[in-house]
Amino acid sequence: MSPRILAATTGRILRQLRHDRRTVALLVVVPALLLTLVYFMYADQPTPPGRPSMFDRVALVLLGVFPFVIMFLVTSIAMLRERTSGTLERLLTTPLGRLDLLFGYGIAFGVAAAGQAAIAAALAYGVFGLTTAGSSALVIGIAVVNAVLGVALGLFCSAFARTEFQAVQFMPVVVIPQLLLCGLFVARDEMAGWLQAISYALPLSYAVEALQEVGAHADPTGTMWRDLGVVAGAVVLALVLAAATLRRRSG
Amino acid sequence: MDHAIAVRDLVVERGRRRVLHGVSCAVPRGSVTGLLGPSGSGKTTLMRAVVGVQTVRSGSVTVLAHPAGSAPLRSRVGYLTQAPSVYADLTVRENARYFAVLQGRGRAEADRAVADVGLAEAAGQLVGTLSGGQRSRASLACALVGEPELIVLDEPTVGQDPVLRADLWARFHALAATGTTLLVSSHVMDEAARCDRLLLIREGRLIADDTPDAVRAAAGVDDLDEAFLRLIRAGGTTGVTAEATADDTGRSTGPDGGVS
Repeated sequence: MSPRILAATTGRILRQLRHDRRTVALLVVVPALLLTLVYFMYADQPTPPGRPSMFDRVALVLLGVFPFVIMFLVTSIAMLRERTSGTLERLLTTPLGRLDLLFGYGIAFGVAAAGQAAIAAALAYGVFGLTTAGSSALVIGIAVVNAVLGVALGLFCSAFARTEFQAVQFMPVVVIPQLLLCGLFVARDEMAGWLQAISYALPLSYAVEALQEVGAHADPTGTMWRDLGVVAGAVVLALVLAAATLRRRSG
Repeated sequence: MDHAIAVRDLVVERGRRRVLHGVSCAVPRGSVTGLLGPSGSGKTTLMRAVVGVQTVRSGSVTVLAHPAGSAPLRSRVGYLTQAPSVYADLTVRENARYFAVLQGRGRAEADRAVADVGLAEAAGQLVGTLSGGQRSRASLACALVGEPELIVLDEPTVGQDPVLRADLWARFHALAATGTTLLVSSHVMDEAARCDRLLLIREGRLIADDTPDAVRAAAGVDDLDEAFLRLIRAGGTTGVTAEATADDTGRSTGPDGGVS
């Protein structure tokens, strides 16, 4: 890995994003629209005493999970384009290392996700009155780690798609089971044993638990740090798997 | 003679199909070598093997005294793929500057490479908005930007107008004059005459490895197109092996035989 090449690669990916103004606009507007939708959905719902309101519960998870979903999709398509346009093959004939490319994507889309999460959080806290016991900076931080997880999984999954039609279909496969089983819809300890076991194997469950810890506790808890560590470990694992799919030679 | 590329008994299979059947050839340093043959004959596969991105079944490819594709070659070999491999959502200049950094070069070299392919005026344009010919020149700029010792160009002049084509060939010869080695594929025979040496390939077998003049002499005609046809007919049925023609490389005459 070379810092010079990594920096150039990160800059190149961000520049590509910048030229695509509509994508940048969507990255900002879509989470804002969804938060607005959730706000009005739960506006008239009674809040049980001693528990956070439904809006607080759902918006908090949405803030953290949305960057994961979007960055997974964006990265899958971007990496697929590198593979199909021949740029990946060309890059691998240059001194660029595989980690330069993978980390470049992780950092570039991590930065984009940080911007997205910060704007969405400002809306949720400032306009819709989201309240969490812990700080909003932690929520944004967890959102960024989740986004990087999405990037890493996207880099890996793009190896198994030959077309963009195939690539987008990995989204429901990778994302929806994690969302269903993460404890948002049914608490994890109320699930059947085998579902619980699957839930414990999926990184998004830990990301959501970390967010709920921030929602319920003023200071970062040990559970939150452990959960973040698990998500970070999943990021490393996905990157190692993605690196294995980048072959300099092909048939 | 010191060779930039030495290929020995190269066999490549893609899927179950054998694409190269034991090709052997050598490319001298500081020359422009044309790789010619009909589409599907194995030109791109041979070039991919030279830059080290092709899985090979057997045989060896040595480039600048290193095994093809090995790490020390990555800053010494430039590769232009047949389909333009540049980022459509970046400008020409941004593309060139990115590939310049990968090769340890700066902005000045990037801007010069863009000017060298005649795209100075379009440097600020997104590659996605360029014409096909311009786009392939943008891709060419990114292959030249690192001033590599060996440049492998897969059909660099497709879609270019005659004036630009002549400019590009002049540029290739200028590079060769400074000691750079160029391997250039084409399926246009009038470009063959512009090369110092020719590799003629058909159905994965090398049917000639010589200077344009020697190819003409061997076939007994002045027209390279016709010469290629005769070589195919002569070798097609009996299947002249690559080794047999590779052995003939000694009797080469002077470089470049003018326009056919």
